[in-house]
Amino acid sequence: MSARTDVKTYPGFFAITLLCMVILYAPLMVVTVYSFNASPSITVWEGLSLRWYADVFTGPESDKFKQAAFNSFSIALIAATLATAIATASATAIVRAGRFRLRLPSLGLITLPILVPEIVLAVATLIFFNSIGFTRGYMTILVAHIAFCIPFAYLPIQARMQGIENTYEQAAMDLYATKAQAFRQVLLPLMMPGIISGFLLAFIVSLDDFIITNFVKGAGVETLPTAIFGSVKQGIKPNIMAISTMLLSLSIMMVTISYFLSKWDNTK
Amino acid sequence: MTDDTQIAVDVRDAVKRYGDFTALQQISLGIRDNEFFTLLGPSGCGKTTLLRMIAGFEDVTEGAIFLYGDEIETLPPHQRPVNTVFQNYALFPHMTVLENVGFGLEMLGQSKAAARTRAAEMLELVQLSQFASRKPAQLSGGQQQRVALARALAPAPKVLLLDEPLSALDQKLRKAMQIELKHIQRETGITFIFVTHDQEEALTMSDRIAVMSAGELQQLGAPRDIYELPRNMFVADFIGDTNLLEVTVDEVTECRAACSLDGGLTLSCEAVEGVRKGAQVHLSIRPERLVLSETATGADSLRARVLENIFIGTDIATLLVLDNGSEITVRTSNSERGSKRIFDAGQMAFVTMERGAARLLRD
Repeated sequence: MSARTDVKTYPGFFAITLLCMVILYAPLMVVTVYSFNASPSITVWEGLSLRWYADVFTGPESDKFKQAAFNSFSIALIAATLATAIATASATAIVRAGRFRLRLPSLGLITLPILVPEIVLAVATLIFFNSIGFTRGYMTILVAHIAFCIPFAYLPIQARMQGIENTYEQAAMDLYATKAQAFRQVLLPLMMPGIISGFLLAFIVSLDDFIITNFVKGAGVETLPTAIFGSVKQGIKPNIMAISTMLLSLSIMMVTISYFLSKWDNTK
Repeated sequence: MTDDTQIAVDVRDAVKRYGDFTALQQISLGIRDNEFFTLLGPSGCGKTTLLRMIAGFEDVTEGAIFLYGDEIETLPPHQRPVNTVFQNYALFPHMTVLENVGFGLEMLGQSKAAARTRAAEMLELVQLSQFASRKPAQLSGGQQQRVALARALAPAPKVLLLDEPLSALDQKLRKAMQIELKHIQRETGITFIFVTHDQEEALTMSDRIAVMSAGELQQLGAPRDIYELPRNMFVADFIGDTNLLEVTVDEVTECRAACSLDGGLTLSCEAVEGVRKGAQVHLSIRPERLVLSETATGADSLRARVLENIFIGTDIATLLVLDNGSEITVRTSNSERGSKRIFDAGQMAFVTMERGAARLLRD
C-alpha cells in the first residue's frame, strides 16, 4: 500500500481510533482494575487486594455462585457438544448431498435463529415448553441452549466444508474405502478445525446467554449470567467485578484458542 | 479381435442421460488387457463421463460395463478393482505422501506395516522416496501428480483410469510425464484408460485411441490409423492440422476416385467405402504431405499463389491460395530445406500431394 492512500494518513484517524478503543475497552479496564480493589466501594480505590476473589469462593454468596457456575459450565459443555454433532451432520448433508430441493430452505432454517431477535426466540421457547407441559428447570435451559447453539456451531463447520473438494471422498472410495471409512478417515479430519471452532463458539454463546435462559429457567435454577443479574439488582458489589474478570479471562482464552485453531491447518 | 487378446473393459451399448440431456450416446467398445487406451475429445464430449462410469461414480443409464467378463454396474466404487488418477490429483491433504500411497492397501485390509512397505516401493517407482514424510502441499505440481499415480497403482488395480492427469503441468514436464507414464504402463502391465483433450498427447502415448465428440464415438483405432485414415470431418479436423477441401466425386473406379473442386480444378485420390459417385464430401490432406514446386509435377498439381510463410521451429508452414480461392497450407520440414524450395509471398507455385496423402471423408 502506498503511503498516499494509507488509511493512517486520513485526517482524524488517530482521534477516531482512540475514541473507539476507549468506548470498547475502558469499561472492561475499570471492571478488571476495581476487581482488585480492597474497598467494598466500587468507586473508591483503597489499595490492591484479592479479597473479592476470595469472597466469590468463600463469601456469603459463594454457594449460589458455585451452583450457578456448575450449571453454566455443564450446560455449555453438553449443549455445545450436542449442537456441534447436529451441526456437523447438517453441514455434511447440506454441503455434500449435492443439489436437493430443500437445500436452500434447510440452510435458511438452520441459520435463522441467529437473525431472529433473541427476545422473540426466548418467548417462543417459553411458550413451547409451557404448551407441552415441560416443567421449567435445568433441562429446559439445556434443551433451549442446544437449539440456539446449533447455528453458531454450524457456520464455521460449513465454511470449512465448502473448502473441501468432493474429489477427496471419491478418491477414498476409489481406493476401497466404504462411505463410512471415507467419512471417518478423510472428511472428518479435514473438517476438524471447523468442528472445533464451531464447538468453542457454541460453548461461549451458551455460557454467555442471558435472555433465553432467564425466560426458560425454573425457580431456583441459575446460571452465572442470571445469578450475576440477580445479585446486581441488590446493588453492585466488587465480588461481581471479580466474577466478571474471571469470565473475561476465560473468554479471552477461548477466543485465543479459537484463533489459533483457525490458523491451524492439518494439511501442512 | 483374436481370441488370445483378453478384453479388460467391455462397454456394451452404454448410455448416460442426466434428465433430458444425453451425455453419452449409445457406445460400445472393448478395451484390451495390457493396453494403453485413450479416450480423446473436446470438453463435453462424454469422455470423462465414460471414465467415471467405469470407476463407478456415475450410474449407467442403459447398457452394461464388464470388467474381465464380470458385470460391474451394481458394484459401488470401493468394490471395483480399478483405481483412478484424478485431474486435480485429490491427494488427501492431511496425510503424508507415504500415508496417501498406502491408503488403498490399508482399506483393502492390509496391515499398516505391509501397506507402508508397498507404498515405499511405489514411491521408488515414481522416484519420490525422499518425499515420503512430506504433506502433499509441500510438493510441486509434477511431484503431486506422481504421488497420485503411485497411490492409484499401489493396490495393483486391474485397470488404471487417468482423468486428464497431465493437464495442469507445464509443457516440458507434461512431455516428460507422457514418456514416464508409457514406461510405467509397460513395466506394470496394467491396462491404462487415459482421458485427454490433447490430441498430441493421445498420439504420443496410446496403443489405441477412441475419438469422441458430442457424446458419440467418432473413430476407434491405432494412432496412425486415426491420423492418416480419419473417418469423418470431426476426426480429420480434431487430430493434427489438415486441409479440408469441398469436392464432388465424379468417378469411382476400382480403388481410385476422381474428384472436382470449385472452379473446375480436379484431383484424384483413393476411394473410400461408402463414398459413391456424385457425393459431395470433404477431402482431407495433411499439410506435411503436400509438396511445392515451380512447375506442375503431375496431373494433380494445383496452381497457387503464396500468401505467407510461417516459421514454426521444425517446419515452415506456407499459406497459399488456389486459383479457385480456397486456402491451403503446406508444411515443409526444416531438415529438407536444402532439397526443397521455399517460395516467397506473392510468388506462384504448384502444390502436389504425395500418393495416398488425401483422404475422402464420409461425413
